[in-house]
Amino acid sequence: MAVTTLPAQRTLDVPAVLKECGLAAFVAFALAAPMVGLETLPLTGGLGINTRFGAVAYAAVLVFFGRLGFALLRAGYPVPVLIASLVFAAVLISLLLTGADQILPFKSLILNWFIALLAVVITVRAAWALHRPTAEMAARERENVMDRVGIAVLRGARWLGPLAIAVAIALPFLPFADRRFLDLAILVMTYVMLGWGLNIVVGLAGLLDLGYVAFYAVGAYSFALLALHFDLGFWVSLPLAGLMAAGAGVLLGFPVLRLRGDYLAIVTLGFGEMIRIILVNWYSFTNGPDGLSGIPRPSFFGFPFTRRPAEGTMSFHQLFDVDFASIQRIIFLYYVILVLALVTNMFTLRLRKLPLGRAWEALREDEVACRSLGINPTNTKLTAFGIGAMFAGIAGSFFATRQGFISPESFTFIESAIILSIVVLGGMGSQIGVVVAAILLIGMPEWFRELGQFRMLAFGAGMVLIMIWRPRGLLAHRDPTIRLNRDGDFEAPG
Amino acid sequence: MSADATTVTAGDAALLRVEHLTIRFGGLIAVDDLSFAAQDREITALIGPNGAGKTTVFNCLTGFYKPSVGRFVLNLADGPRYLERMEGFDIARAGVARTFQNIRLFTGMSVLENLLAAQHNKLMRASFFALAGLLNLRSYRRAEAEAVELARYWLDRIGLSDRADINAGNLPYGDQRRLEIARAMCIEPVLLCLDEPAAGLNVRESAELNALLAYIRDEHRIALLLIEHDMSVVMEISDHVVVLDYGKQISAGSPAEVRKDPAVIRAYLGEEEDAELPPIIEKDLGEGS
Ligand SMILES: Nc1ncnc2c1ncn2[C@@H]1O[C@H](COP(=O)(O)OP(=O)(O)OP(=O)(O)O)[C@@H](O)[C@H]1O
Ligand SMILES: [Mg+2]
Repeated sequence: MAVTTLPAQRTLDVPAVLKECGLAAFVAFALAAPMVGLETLPLTGGLGINTRFGAVAYAAVLVFFGRLGFALLRAGYPVPVLIASLVFAAVLISLLLTGADQILPFKSLILNWFIALLAVVITVRAAWALHRPTAEMAARERENVMDRVGIAVLRGARWLGPLAIAVAIALPFLPFADRRFLDLAILVMTYVMLGWGLNIVVGLAGLLDLGYVAFYAVGAYSFALLALHFDLGFWVSLPLAGLMAAGAGVLLGFPVLRLRGDYLAIVTLGFGEMIRIILVNWYSFTNGPDGLSGIPRPSFFGFPFTRRPAEGTMSFHQLFDVDFASIQRIIFLYYVILVLALVTNMFTLRLRKLPLGRAWEALREDEVACRSLGINPTNTKLTAFGIGAMFAGIAGSFFATRQGFISPESFTFIESAIILSIVVLGGMGSQIGVVVAAILLIGMPEWFRELGQFRMLAFGAGMVLIMIWRPRGLLAHRDPTIRLNRDGDFEAPG
Repeated sequence: MSADATTVTAGDAALLRVEHLTIRFGGLIAVDDLSFAAQDREITALIGPNGAGKTTVFNCLTGFYKPSVGRFVLNLADGPRYLERMEGFDIARAGVARTFQNIRLFTGMSVLENLLAAQHNKLMRASFFALAGLLNLRSYRRAEAEAVELARYWLDRIGLSDRADINAGNLPYGDQRRLEIARAMCIEPVLLCLDEPAAGLNVRESAELNALLAYIRDEHRIALLLIEHDMSVVMEISDHVVVLDYGKQISAGSPAEVRKDPAVIRAYLGEEEDAELPPIIEKDLGEGS
């Protein structure tokens, strides 16, 4: 055989492998024993404890054999792994399909399917190892594969983008789009917009902003106060709220943007909390923790979504001469946020190709070099901060009008953390990555409600897995903003 | 000592005059009363042993440090500029470009983007601070095309045209060095400061670099300030040499003169019976604090 690839090395160090698997199983046991093994039950007159040690043992055994499978694959024994995992996956899936899964130690359907999926993954890897004699797909190779996916997505963006937009436009009229689904879609789309806005600050300009939610709050409160006190309509208040948030961004950014890296992150975190605390304590202005209610709902350019409009006005359903349905307002809201998000996206994509956007990226790469080229770092960062804040403010206005009620509780640090996770997970600077990550992070946990109290645990585990598997984010591949050689090929990643 | 004899005689016509420059870091005097001038269309080399204070002079000239004493006068057509009073980015806008001892490219951006980032101010003005660009007006598109042409010109000079679209970080070392020079030239400077451009280059690359620097001097008629350890580069292309040792100027003149100067030979080869220990001790103290 030609020695282009390393032949499979069959080296099985049995004690070492057993030790490794045992250790993994022990860690699984130690983690699962308190979290899965003990369940508190509300009893009359106190809490009771329900033990589920069967499930803990099952988890440890699963981890042991899973690890063994990987160890055997690494050592070059794909055949037994293939057979074992295939059998296990087949049994599990047939149990699940026939509804006989009650005999399994785990009662959660989704969890069982997840385990089946893992078994399938191991099977596929074993088959892959049989097909390619290299023992293990090198980490670098895997990076390359994901880079190629990233490149393919970027390349496909030409048709993938419009396709995604088409799907997004058609979404409210798909058969499964009920009210609950649309509400979720609006939520996801709000986070997509926030992610795209924060992507300017973090992804392009490289400024780690942990207080992004502050601008979301400023936008929401500006909108609510403008609408309540000055009786301004949705379409007037929206840009005003955006401008106010941008102003807040510039104001906050001015003193803090001299700091770098970790320091900036800490200070923005502090500012985010300060804004929230001001909202809580400035009772006369913001109504404190009670929040603001009665925020006007958006109208269809002056035609409200009400069954019986006030005297002398016409409502949406009268205008179009259709029956009144409350879903009309939801669908309208969905389109509003879709348009706002798309505007954010197009604005960002365009800016990236302009000198300002290039300066942002250059600043992210090397601030010292920027200075030596005549780029004013403070001003350039301020524009990024301000523009990012503006989009957060607009998203905040939308949030206010959708809810009809806002209170400081909606603007806690966890929101900043989620938005930042969306950006980092999607791949900093990647627009499509943000969409994928927002669907994963916002949509999935909603769908996975069945996991109950383990939902956030699964969320965290998922994040850790992605960060191990793809530390630079799901779709991190940067394409030059301008090319000299038109027919330029994509360079080999690496 | 010859350093004391050197006065600012280089004339008012010089593009850059460094006058009585002193830079202290705590107790350490990194540069001590240094005066020299850089003429238009000349390569002025700044040489000296490791730690002599050469990079510190550059950092001060380009606004990263402020001098403790002394000033920099840049004589432009519309009057002199006093660089020590200006911010780093304003100094670059006034026409002083530099490269770094350890290359500082925008490694995650393409080669072409590196060269366009250097034309930031020009393009920002053309795009009305992004507005004309957002609207994609013809005036902006023309400005961008011109900027790309300038970039292409320099890419042709350094032989990277066919690799313009790959990441700067993926270029071999020698190409990165030359790209950094091209990037500095894209701000269309009147004075180009190069910090050890030949470091790490092989003989062939080093010869190419000499040709490039001579080309910049002769065709673009600007002043070059060059820090270099590679004596073959210094002796071959520089017009004027200033020698630093422990922050002090110990010699200055044409390459041939400097080479024969006993003070320079002493500084480079070392001299056992040299009794001048205080600067070394001072230096250690400065670093310790
Ligand atoms: N920011 C600083 N703080 C304190 N000391 C510094 C600082 N920058 C430089 N120095 C000291 O100043 C002296 C001159 O350093 P400099 O880097 O200018 O030397 P150099 O001539 O460029 O040397 P090389 O040939 O090794 O590059 C050194 O002793 C250095 O330790
Ligand atoms: Mg140096």
